[in-house]
Amino acid sequence: MSDVLTVPRSRRTVEFFLLLLALGVAVGANYLAGIDREEPFGEYFWSQAVTLAVMGLFIHVILRFRAKYADPVILPIVIALNGIGLAMIHRLDLSALRVNPDFAPVAPQQVLWTAVAIGSAAVLLILLRDHRILRRFTYISLIVSAILLLLPLMPAPVGLEINGARIWISVGFGTFQPGEIAKITLAIFFAGYLSTNRDLILLAGKKIGPLQLPRFRDLAPMAAAWLVSIGVLIFQRDLGSSILFFGLFMVMIYVATSRVSWVLIGLALIGVGVFVALELFSHVALRFDSWINAFAPEVYGRAPGGSAQVVQGLFGLANGGLIGTGLGAGRPDLVTYANSDMIIAALGEELGLIGVVAIVMLYVLLVSRGIRAALGTKDGFGKLLACGLSFTIALQCFVVIGGITRLIPLTGLTTPFMSAGGSSLLANWLIVGLLLLISETARRPAPSPLMKDSFPAPLGMNGKRLKKKPAQEATP
Amino acid sequence: MNQAIRSAWVVAISMFALVLGSLTYVQFFQAQELKENDWNSRQLYQDFGRQRGAILVDGRAIAESVPSNDQFNFQRVYNDPELYAHLTGYYSLSLGTTQLETAESAILSGTSSSLFYDRVVQLFSGVGTQGASVELTIDPEIQRLAWDLIPDGQRGSIVVMEPSTGNILAMVSKPSFDPNLLAVHDTSVILENAAALSEQPGLSIYTNPATQSLVSPGSVFKLVDAAAALESGEYDAESEIPNPPALEFPGIDYALPNYVTGNCASRATADLEFALEQSCNTPFAQIAIDLGEEAIQEQAARFGFGEQLSIPTDVTASVFPSDLSETELAQSAVGQFDTRVTPLQMAMVASAIANDGELMQPQLIKSVRAPDLELIDAPQPELLRRSVSEATANQLTDWMVNVVDNGTAAGAQIPGVRVAGKTGTAEVTETGDNAWFTGFAPAEDPQVALSIVMENVDIPTGQQLTSPSAKRLIEAVLNR
Repeated sequence: MSDVLTVPRSRRTVEFFLLLLALGVAVGANYLAGIDREEPFGEYFWSQAVTLAVMGLFIHVILRFRAKYADPVILPIVIALNGIGLAMIHRLDLSALRVNPDFAPVAPQQVLWTAVAIGSAAVLLILLRDHRILRRFTYISLIVSAILLLLPLMPAPVGLEINGARIWISVGFGTFQPGEIAKITLAIFFAGYLSTNRDLILLAGKKIGPLQLPRFRDLAPMAAAWLVSIGVLIFQRDLGSSILFFGLFMVMIYVATSRVSWVLIGLALIGVGVFVALELFSHVALRFDSWINAFAPEVYGRAPGGSAQVVQGLFGLANGGLIGTGLGAGRPDLVTYANSDMIIAALGEELGLIGVVAIVMLYVLLVSRGIRAALGTKDGFGKLLACGLSFTIALQCFVVIGGITRLIPLTGLTTPFMSAGGSSLLANWLIVGLLLLISETARRPAPSPLMKDSFPAPLGMNGKRLKKKPAQEATP
Repeated sequence: MNQAIRSAWVVAISMFALVLGSLTYVQFFQAQELKENDWNSRQLYQDFGRQRGAILVDGRAIAESVPSNDQFNFQRVYNDPELYAHLTGYYSLSLGTTQLETAESAILSGTSSSLFYDRVVQLFSGVGTQGASVELTIDPEIQRLAWDLIPDGQRGSIVVMEPSTGNILAMVSKPSFDPNLLAVHDTSVILENAAALSEQPGLSIYTNPATQSLVSPGSVFKLVDAAAALESGEYDAESEIPNPPALEFPGIDYALPNYVTGNCASRATADLEFALEQSCNTPFAQIAIDLGEEAIQEQAARFGFGEQLSIPTDVTASVFPSDLSETELAQSAVGQFDTRVTPLQMAMVASAIANDGELMQPQLIKSVRAPDLELIDAPQPELLRRSVSEATANQLTDWMVNVVDNGTAAGAQIPGVRVAGKTGTAEVTETGDNAWFTGFAPAEDPQVALSIVMENVDIPTGQQLTSPSAKRLIEAVLNR
């Protein structure tokens, strides 16, 4: 069985109560973070609480009217993650302020970004109504992706190089990483292209041994997209993003074709890419070295490219141990980039293994609900898009937490919804908007006239049950 | 397509499982190893970020942690720093801790098991772990007086204690230093300051001279000889001991002289009273040779020699040498040669004699109070051991009173108070002489025992700085 039968209930009330729970966690964390260091119920406390509550309930209300059957778990999970992130960023601000009273706090900015990001997701929900409209923009998405990824390479007033990576652009009031949005547009392109051309890719072309090779012209746009993501690695020196693009690319090809052999070829290509990168780019080689030899004195003290950051992160996690020091009671401020790249180390220190496992479980649930939407929706485009986006979140968590725990080399990636940084937050909230829309089509009981690219789902004998749609099954 | 989506989900879940595994490994299995890593400054930051308890003297903090606007949250501040430096020690980022900051660290930092209940309360009330405070037995007025009695630039120590309890009322040494210089939160500044302090002659920031520096006792050691003589049963108040101007030893070209300008020369034989009164060397050398090295050593041990005490700061063991030739034994018996004592040790000798022969454990801690001021611990007076019999103690007391009334310690006389005392001058060729006073008062009901040592002084100055100072300290304690 490969389809999912969903009981046609909207579950919006469940969402409402889960949302209250999530808000309780987020606001409570924020209160605890400042309890020992500032006036309780200060300005920031209210701005965080009100922003999350108003914007969260706003999305909830939109869903009630626009996407009644959307998945009820996604929104509360994301609100909780976003709120915990804001609390930790605020808590780190307080530590920084203690040392340097002139420090410009990051959290108020991040609250503003949260409002913008959730607002953007709301606009997306209102304007888009159905994710399948995006399919019309398949090739436009490719062009937009290319432009977004090339923007940071533009000369100075537009493109900016920060910490050796050219992934930022200047947007008047601050900086922005267009690559985060490119993640979505690339996913739209892959989903659109693969859902249209998968039969051609699968069937047209020569068969050599066990491998069914596609025709070159069928793969040309894919190759172009692949090259774009390689280009990111080479020209922008952003290892994390290129891993993410690779992963997105691989999972969508696999889901479209169900061919494990292609995944293996893809992995081999990544292997070659990593090898070449190690040979060619000193910053990649340094990262690799400070992963393997993190505890060697000469590697620890090396600047730049030393292992001090990851080792300090490990110390933080160890300090937290099983139950953590408690919010505000640890020393996560000792880790560089504690509020962005290393926020999981900060959370692990203060919330302990128990707390950080709970956070990871929130991601597991989020990704699983996204995949569930992919399984449930009936159009190939939606399946690919939902699966690709969900998988990206999982991959991003893996790369970030794996890097922090020294499972894999550390790469500079944000933790979705939690790290300080507006572009990442905006992009991830847009992804949430898309997943909510896709989950709506997956769970909606009656067939919608908008479902152009799937067979009209006939009613069952008794007129109550949806019948399985066999057309797009490609599994052997 | 759904089968592939499910596979993608399995891959995603596997990735999550991997990071959960690695988180568990780091935070649980590897945690201890990481905590002990040399580069891990977290323990340090944690300790320094804690509100460490205060060290109090008569209710006033001489060391306390005040909120600071830096990465450590709290700054250790020492009030009257030089006056109490050798007691408190310091709490330093790069130099660690010394003295009470070391000895009472678990209490002050709040990690002591006796504070478990308080930690639980703090955990749930959201305030950070706070340390308990430690109140000292020190009397601030006596401490200040003792400090003033050592002239600036003079190396010396004064220890004042209560014979019946072992409580230390004052313990000062000069030169002293400002521990605040070593408690700053900048390691390079600490090292600079420590280097500057080490330039100061006679100063070690690592030790408390009153408990950890070993100096020659000279004639005050004769109290031990006299005690050994009485305890042996071979001597009593009537015994007449030969008192030649110098004790000659067969076969070597050395003679142990009596002090040339003193009154010893007036008698060819001396009883113990006279020998103590005028501090004659030859009778005591004779006693030591008669009784043997072991008898002196054993008596010294009963007064606490050879024993590392903790009061609760570490006390270095005083030394009476062993495997001595006759000459060396004679010299050692008059507090020369390799006999070395801490100033506290001599106060303990006086204290034991004052307390009818019972030596009380010296104690600096009066009480320990939790952050909520609840009393956690108040050390009770503790008998260390009996040093001499009551009869011996009484006899020694009478002789020591005689030393003050008629002898070398006349400067300590107080009208209306029977003061018991013994002076000493240790000839130290390398550094110059040490002037000593040790004693107690009032003789019939001792309230205070003390020892004073001034190092590297000429004899007249030494006399000025010992017995008269003892008088003022005794008066101060009795007038409390």
